Amino acid sequence: MSRENDQPAGWTRLQMAERAALDIPDGSYVNLGIGIPELVAQFVPPGREFIYHTENGLLGMGPTPPAGQEDVELINAGKKYVSAIPGACFFHHADSFAMIRGRHIDVCVLGAMQISREGDLANWSTGEPGAIPAVGGAMDLVLGAKRILVITEHTTKSLEPKIVERCTYPLTGKRVVNAIYTNLAVIDVAPQGLAVRELAPGIDFETVQRHTGTRLLPTR
Amino acid sequence: MIDKRFESAAAAVTDLPDGATVMIGGFGEAGSPIELIHALIDQGAKDLTVVSNNTGSGRVGLAALIAQGRVRKMICSFPRTANSMVFPELYRAGRIELELVPQGTLAERIRCGGAGIPAFYTPTSVDTPLAEGKETRVFGDRTYVLEHAIKADFSLVKCKRADRYGNLTYNRTARNFGPIMCAAAEIAIVQAADIVELGSIDPECVVTPGIFVKRVVHVPDPAHESRLVAEGRSYP
Repeated sequence: MSRENDQPAGWTRLQMAERAALDIPDGSYVNLGIGIPELVAQFVPPGREFIYHTENGLLGMGPTPPAGQEDVELINAGKKYVSAIPGACFFHHADSFAMIRGRHIDVCVLGAMQISREGDLANWSTGEPGAIPAVGGAMDLVLGAKRILVITEHTTKSLEPKIVERCTYPLTGKRVVNAIYTNLAVIDVAPQGLAVRELAPGIDFETVQRHTGTRLLPTR
Repeated sequence: MIDKRFESAAAAVTDLPDGATVMIGGFGEAGSPIELIHALIDQGAKDLTVVSNNTGSGRVGLAALIAQGRVRKMICSFPRTANSMVFPELYRAGRIELELVPQGTLAERIRCGGAGIPAFYTPTSVDTPLAEGKETRVFGDRTYVLEHAIKADFSLVKCKRADRYGNLTYNRTARNFGPIMCAAAEIAIVQAADIVELGSIDPECVVTPGIFVKRVVHVPDPAHESRLVAEGRSYP
């Protein structure tokens, strides 16, 4: 039993990543953002094949290489060492973002600071004075990838809702998110509003609603 | 006879003037032309506008150039990374300008600079603070923002293999901005780990055609930025 002021447990980060991976169709070209989204690569459902794109110039990104076999010039967008699978290819940045902006990437999985009822996403800046603004490829990805999945804890560490009526942080993109995977629920951004599609084990709709800053539509 | 080889990094950067716009290749340390940047530090040019995805790490390479107070303005997509302390410090002190550009827009602005396209419309950044004050236009049912090409006086790029015509191949994800930065600069200077005979790069596999490259310098064993940073090194 969770107390009123604790965030209920629900799914772990690995389970959130696993749940999102289940919704990625076989044969998809997938771009994974930094953080929890990176964990999705560990959960390719049986019988499916995904090709991972990393915007710094690699299609066919493979797992972290064994110690001693890293190449400082074979990295992902988070600047971590990766490998290239058989069938991989390298390309320059303008081609890489043509893949993104040109709507060739099927699915992009990103983290979030805030998501609004209409699917606006804020994930690059708190807008605080003195903060060093940095955007990377996030704005290109949210506009270019065909489907945007967000994986995030349902609230901030101080229990403020991350799913809100309107984002207060500067936007990454307007009306771009298709589905949200949190520790509490899977939520679709539908034309009629935010629709709870699935609840984490032991979590009820009222609990999800209580930790959300906007009205949710109940599980069907 | 066409021979774009220069005897040293120092010789290749001697005429880079104060106030120049300089594109510097690399995404993090992958593709960062450390030896050319260090030669530029020694050479002394100042008041530079630097176009590069990041701002370097530790106190070597691009971060060292910035630390020397030689960069007036950075045009980049992600100025803070693990181990970047030089840029954040100067930025907070108001001693360096920043033009923040989404990564794909940065790449396309550079590509257009080299391709004779003065400006282009992109959907990226519409309805965000990075589109404020920019011209927009609706095509179909979507709004796009006008972005201008970037050209440079010089580019500093790292590649794996070059020939004396300036044909290049790269190493894995170190390719990143190299090809488009070579094309977008009046004078592209490239450091190559191997310089090979004409014909030994398969014409089917040339990544950057030599026409985009003016100078090639042999740097057989380039330093790794992360190793220098881990060793606590600084330049000069």
